[in-house]
Formats: sequence, C-alpha cells, structure tokens
Amino acid sequence: MQRKITIKALTLVFLLISFVSYASEDTQKGDLKTEIKAYIQHHLEDSYDFSLTSYTNDQGEKVYWGFPLPVILWDNGLKVFSSSKFHHGKTVAEVDGNFYKVYHTKIYKTDAEGTINYDAEKHPTNAKPLDFSITKNVVVIFLVGLLMFLLFRGLASSYSKNNGIAKGAGRIFEPIILYIRDDIAIPNIGEKKYRKYMPYLLTVFFFVWFINMLGLTPLGVNVTNSISVTVALALITFLITNFTGTKDYWKHIFDPLGDTMPWYAKIPLYIILIPIEVLGIFIKPFSLLIRLYANIKAGHIVMMSLIGLMFIFKSWLGSPLSFGLAFAISLIELLVALLQAYIFTMLSALYFGFAAEEHDHHEEAHAH
Amino acid sequence: MEIPVMVGAGLVVIGVGIGIGKIGGSAMEAIARQPESYGKIQTAMLIAAALIEGIGFAALFAV
Repeated sequence: MQRKITIKALTLVFLLISFVSYASEDTQKGDLKTEIKAYIQHHLEDSYDFSLTSYTNDQGEKVYWGFPLPVILWDNGLKVFSSSKFHHGKTVAEVDGNFYKVYHTKIYKTDAEGTINYDAEKHPTNAKPLDFSITKNVVVIFLVGLLMFLLFRGLASSYSKNNGIAKGAGRIFEPIILYIRDDIAIPNIGEKKYRKYMPYLLTVFFFVWFINMLGLTPLGVNVTNSISVTVALALITFLITNFTGTKDYWKHIFDPLGDTMPWYAKIPLYIILIPIEVLGIFIKPFSLLIRLYANIKAGHIVMMSLIGLMFIFKSWLGSPLSFGLAFAISLIELLVALLQAYIFTMLSALYFGFAAEEHDHHEEAHAH
Repeated sequence: MEIPVMVGAGLVVIGVGIGIGKIGGSAMEAIARQPESYGKIQTAMLIAAALIEGIGFAALFAV
C-alpha cells in the first residue's frame, strides 16, 4: 500500500515537471504575465531541436539539455544540416553560402547579419525555403509509429506462436482491440464490411491515444496540438470514406429523395438539399480535426496557466493552490487523452458506416 | 455600438453548456430506466456531446 502511494506520487511529480521545465525557458524580461504567456506560446509550438530543459550556470550562461535534429531544406538544391547551427534560434546558420534564420518557428532566408524585413502588417517578407525538417513533432510521430509497430507486431505473432493466446507486453491492449471491434466497428459499419476498416480504426485509435498520453509526460511533446497533424488524420478519414463509398452513399448525397417524388417536384428541393449534402462531406472531417486539435490545445493551455499561477502569487498560498488545480486538471487530461482517441475512432467508424451502407431495397419499401 | 466578439463567443459557450448538460441528464434518466442498454446510450450520448462541442470550439476559434 505504502509503495503504491509512493509510485503514484512520483508519477504525479513527473507529470508536473514536464510543464514546469518549460516554464524555465528564457524570454525577454518583461512583466510577469507577458512572460508566462510567452512560455505557454513556446510550449505549444513545434521546434527544430528536442530540448528537455535548460538552466543558467554559475557563469550566467544558458545551458540546454536536449539534442539537435536535422534540418532539411529545399532551396535550389537539397540542404541538410544540424539544427545546432541555429543555437536555439539565436544565430544565423550558414550553409553553402546561404544564410537561414529561425523566426517564430519558421525558417527564413536572410543575409549574413540575419536581417528580417517586414511588410505593413508586420509579416516577414524574406524568402521561405521549402522545409522538410525532422522537427520535434516528426521525431515523436516516428517514435510512436515504431513503438506501435513493435508492440502490435509482437502481439500478432504471439498468437501463432502460443496456440492462439496473447503473450508479451502487447497483451494488455487485447481487450481494447476487441472493444474497438465489437463496440465501435461492428455496430457502426456492420457485420459484413467492418473487416476492411479495422486496420485504420485500430491504428488511428492507438496513434491518437499514445500521442495524447506522451503529451502528458515530462518530454513536453505536443503533437496533436499542431493542426497539421490533425488535418492529416482527418484527411485520411475523408479519403477512406469517399473512396469506399458505395452507390447508395452517393445516391444519398445527390438524390436523397429517391423515387418518392416525380423529378419536377425534386428540382426546387434539390437546389437547397444537394449543396448542403455536399458541404456535409467536408464538414464531417473538418469537425473531427477541429475537435481533436482544440481539446488537446485547450487542455495544455489550462495546465500551463495553472502552473503559471505559482509564479504570479509568489506566496505560501500560491504553490499548493496551483499544484492542486494542476493535479486535478492532469487527471481530467488523462481521461481526455483517451476520450478524444475514442471519439475520433467512433466518428470515423460512423462515417465509414455511412459510406459502406447498402440499402436492402425490399425492406425500405416496407418502411415507407 | 459594437458588441465585442468575446460576448458572442461566451453566449455560444453558454448554449453549448446547456446542450451538453441536457444530453447528459437525459442519458442518465434513460440509463436509470433501462440499465441493460447502458452501453448503447453512452455511445449515443458521447457522439451527440462531441458534435455540440465542435460548435463550441468553432465559436472559440472565431475570437
């Protein structure tokens, strides 16, 4: 019992360190509130190096813990160099006579001094090379992919080796896989067709769940905070839905009333109905991507702000308050990480169900 | 006089809160009446709540 409590307390401390460690990054000295805002902004952004934490040493220099990542640019030829050349965004990197500078997490081409020109709206006018860099988010996505491959490959092969009984670390996920099959895929897609959608549903569920959970660890990663990741996920759902759509699915969109009316009566209705249905094709994946992105981002902002309270209060009251609130929100975030993965999978399965539907025309005639 | 965008967003969030509250309340009543169909009710509840939530986020992002 004692040991369990100790383990739980340690886990909690680790969870909180992840956010506190980000709050120790340096920014321009200003008033405290803008500084905390800058920390939160920094935490929500992708970066070119994987920095875990930083501290100021005795000589007053910043020391960063972490490792640089490769920067890959296409600017009249392939340019590959280490992100350590940027020195955490402070210096200009020189590659083959070209100069690059990081400005607001984007790489711009500059002159030797790193001058950035602005237009009237304060947007930089410098040229932007095509950026294929392996950023922090990309590294995490690769790692989660590798982890999932090893885990589920091991689980799958253990069935054949062990007479149909799961073995190994992947075993704890077996009930979840069965749950996705029996309670998400089959009721929504149907007994006949669910099999071909299962690989995607399982992949997207575990991918989103693992990545959301990693966002709560001391690594300080936040992949699903980045809208491009959720756009990519929703785009895959969109493509699968529409490429596996049956004749009935498209008929439902372009001829929803079917034979219930003569054609001349349908025309005025269809002027309104068809645009709405077509718009619906795009709104479905759009709501998926916004939901995942906004939920995770909102959770991270709330968590960071609560930890920021500690620095604002600066009294014996502030720390326990901030700690307690952050603890409560951490627990909710653990639930949200799972819930968002579940909802994404569930709604994807629902959309696939629409796409795979095939009306039994005899039964429909009875229903009307 | 111009009404700030944030007031509008706040109104939307109030609406979303009422909506999700009603869904949760109705789901609980339904579960109390028919505990055996707990799983199905919960799934339907989560889907409806998630769809409404999407509108709330859309309003927040408009700010």
